[in-house]
Amino acid sequence: MLDLYRPGTSPLHSLSPGPKILVMMAAGTALFLVESLPLVLGALLLTLALYRLAGLTLGDALVQLRPLAPIFVIFLALQYWLSGPVLAAFVVLRLAALILLASLVTLTTRASDMIDTITRALALLRPLGVNPAKVGLAISLALRFIPVLGQITTDVREAQKTRGLERSVIATALPVAIRTLKMADDIADAIEARGYDPRA
Amino acid sequence: MDTRSIVYIALFAALTAALGLVPPISFAGLALPPITAQSLGVMLAGAIAGARRGGLAMLLFVALVAIGLPLLSGGRGGFGIFAGASGGFVVAWPICAAVIGWLVGRAETSPLRLAVAIAIGGILVMYAIGIPWMAVVAKLPLSKAVMIMLAYVPGDLVKVAIAVIVTRGIRRAYPAL
Repeated sequence: MLDLYRPGTSPLHSLSPGPKILVMMAAGTALFLVESLPLVLGALLLTLALYRLAGLTLGDALVQLRPLAPIFVIFLALQYWLSGPVLAAFVVLRLAALILLASLVTLTTRASDMIDTITRALALLRPLGVNPAKVGLAISLALRFIPVLGQITTDVREAQKTRGLERSVIATALPVAIRTLKMADDIADAIEARGYDPRA
Repeated sequence: MDTRSIVYIALFAALTAALGLVPPISFAGLALPPITAQSLGVMLAGAIAGARRGGLAMLLFVALVAIGLPLLSGGRGGFGIFAGASGGFVVAWPICAAVIGWLVGRAETSPLRLAVAIAIGGILVMYAIGIPWMAVVAKLPLSKAVMIMLAYVPGDLVKVAIAVIVTRGIRRAYPAL
C-alpha cells in the first residue's frame, strides 16, 4: 500500500521531495477551494498528463483509483440524488484528481527520500525540543506497521473463523491488539539491542 | 523519550491508519464526515498508550495524512482534507487522545470511569472542535451542525464500548503497560 515507488528517470522523479510535496499540498488545497466543474476537470486532465510525463500509463492511474471504486459509486449515487448530476460529477472528479495527485507523489518519490526530507524540515523545530531522528524513526516504523497490522488482523480473523467467531468484533480486536503490543515490545528491544541510543 | 514510547507512538498511528481500511459508512457523500472506525484508534491510543504517547501518536497520524498519504478512511489524505467538512474532527484527534489519556490515568479504573473518560475525550472534545469547523466550512448555522452530528452519537457510543472492552482486556493481558 505504501511502498508504491516506481523507479524512473522523468523530471518528476528527479525533483526533490520537498518542492513536490509542497506543490501537491498547494494544489490539493486549491482543489478544495475552487467550486467549478471545468476547473476540476482541467486539474484531473493535467494530473493525468503528469502521469504521462512520469512515464506511467493510464492503467497505472486507474490502479490508484480501483480500491475506491465502491466509494465513488456511492458518492456518485448519493450526490446525484441529493444535489443533481453536476455536483455529483464535481465531487467524484475532485476526489479522483486529489487521489491521483497524491499517488503521483508517492509513485515518483522513494518513501525513504520523503522521510529524509521531513526529518530535515523538522530540524528547524529542534529549539522546541523536537528530535528529528526520533520523529524519523517513528515515521518509518508507522509506515512499516500498517501492512503488518493488516496481516495480523487477517491471521486472527482466520483463526477466529475456525472457532465460529468471525462475526465478533471483540474476538478479533483483542487478540490483534495484544499481538501488536507484543510485537511493539519486541521491536523496541530489537532496536535497543542494535545500539540505538534514544538520548542521542 | 525512550525507544518503547517511540515504537508505541508509531504503533497507534499505524493502528488508526489500519482502522481506516474498515469500510466507512458514508450517508451524505462528502458533505458530511463519514462514520468510520478510525476514531476508535483515537480512543485506544489515549486509553492504552496514555496522554503523551497517545497524543503524539495522533499528531504523527495527522502529519502523515497532511503530507499526502491516503491514510484516512476511504483512502483520503492530503492537505485538502483540512479544507473539508471533517477537517476539524481530524485536527481534534491529538487533543482527544491526550484528554482521554489524561482522564484515564495510570491507575486501575472501573469500567464506568473508563467509559466516561473515553466518551468525554472521544465524543465531547471531538465534537467541540469538529462541529464549529464543519459549520464554518459547510456554511451551516451551528445549531444545524449540532443536529447533524447527533446522527453520529450512537455509532460513537458503540466505539466507546468497544474501546472500554479492548482497553480492559489489554490491561489484564499487559499489566505492565
